[in-house]
Amino acid sequence: MTKLSKLNIFKQFLEKGPIILLFIATLNEFDFNYLELKYFSFNFPFILIYYWSLKRPGSLGYGLIFLSGLFNDAVVGLPIGVSSLSYLFICGFSSYLRNITLRPSKINDWFFFGFTILVVNSLMFAISNVFFNVQIIYSDVLVNILFTFLFYIIFSSLFEYYKNFVFGASNV
Amino acid sequence: MQPSSRDDFIIAIRSAFLKKENKQKYSLSALILLTLAILILGKYDFKIINYSKISLKEIAYRSTFVFSTPENLIKKSFIATKNHFLVYEENKILKEKVKDLETINYNSEFILAENERLKDTLNELNFSSNEILAKVIVDKQSPFLKSIIVNKGSKHGAELGMAVLDKEYLVGKIVELNFTTSRVLLLSDLNSKIPVDILPNSIQSILSGTGKENGKIQYVKEEALIENENKVFTSGAGGIFKPGIPIGEIDKKQSNLDINVSFFSDFSQLRFVKLRSFSPEEN
Repeated sequence: MTKLSKLNIFKQFLEKGPIILLFIATLNEFDFNYLELKYFSFNFPFILIYYWSLKRPGSLGYGLIFLSGLFNDAVVGLPIGVSSLSYLFICGFSSYLRNITLRPSKINDWFFFGFTILVVNSLMFAISNVFFNVQIIYSDVLVNILFTFLFYIIFSSLFEYYKNFVFGASNV
Repeated sequence: MQPSSRDDFIIAIRSAFLKKENKQKYSLSALILLTLAILILGKYDFKIINYSKISLKEIAYRSTFVFSTPENLIKKSFIATKNHFLVYEENKILKEKVKDLETINYNSEFILAENERLKDTLNELNFSSNEILAKVIVDKQSPFLKSIIVNKGSKHGAELGMAVLDKEYLVGKIVELNFTTSRVLLLSDLNSKIPVDILPNSIQSILSGTGKENGKIQYVKEEALIENENKVFTSGAGGIFKPGIPIGEIDKKQSNLDINVSFFSDFSQLRFVKLRSFSPEEN
């Protein structure tokens, strides 16, 4: 009996995995700065939010995504609300893609992700720059977008395994 | 009549943004409107939003400190390993530097004493300082913003605009004050602008951050007079900092046309910093 309830708790923990990972990612802001890799950065929360909103919307609540955006702004030092807005737009874009897709394809998702992050980053940095006078190095933003786009395909495969393991292959 | 592709598009957009989805407590459009309200009210310093922001930041900074522990451990081990391999070469260089510094130290002690005497004679301003030691709790330098969070806030006497020093080197200033924490904008941040004095020719200029590890000198007429390894100090112009706080040295070796400044302090290795405010002292 105890064994069963322990298994149940573990399963519940795994089901909350995406949201836990999102909060760890926003609060921890993985940066790999200590590796001193020039021009390397990517936005992990973008990948995470897009994938899970697209494939299993129930895993990430919009309210929690909004909250994680606020935390991310506080940690990174951006005007409060900018990240939340971009995260919510990503949810909107992925929800749109889900509504219009009859036969899901990984390549379609990937390219639509590229389009999404281009729009969302433009919006995010336009707000920061125009309304809050935050100066930005545009080449760094472009590199960040490029790496985020490239990493999507790797992380989406990893998330696919995780999803199939925790929720089962057919549970979409 | 068959629905057009434009109708499909509108239906899909409406369904994505306006309708509350299954398994979601809040609708996306409501949250987007709430975020816009936070952004607009925050921009115009609405009081409730400001208090909420401060509370949110206090929670976020403390949580980040806890959540960063595993990554910080990895980071420390990585740096320790890297340093281990460099230790022999570094030791040789350091031995030679110590010899040079000993000689310079004797000279500077004499010059400092002489400077004090001369200032007294000229009846010039001296500065008294108020210092607080702070621990760096978050040093997540995003690719876009270079800042750190320290564990001292208004409760401990920290103030906006206070100089932040690593040993005696300037690293930045306080730009955001919370009750128990503060955000320090580093000199390397793109938004940082500090009036500086470049010695030995005493050229007044502005040091701007580049968003990378170095800074660059801007708005200077006598570019030709600035040479490699010239030292950069605060000029005290604008009354933000006292004059003469060391910042870095000119690095003209880099391939671009800018006059770059290498900072004396390594901003990625900040653990404890001093928050210092200066006020002129009456003679």
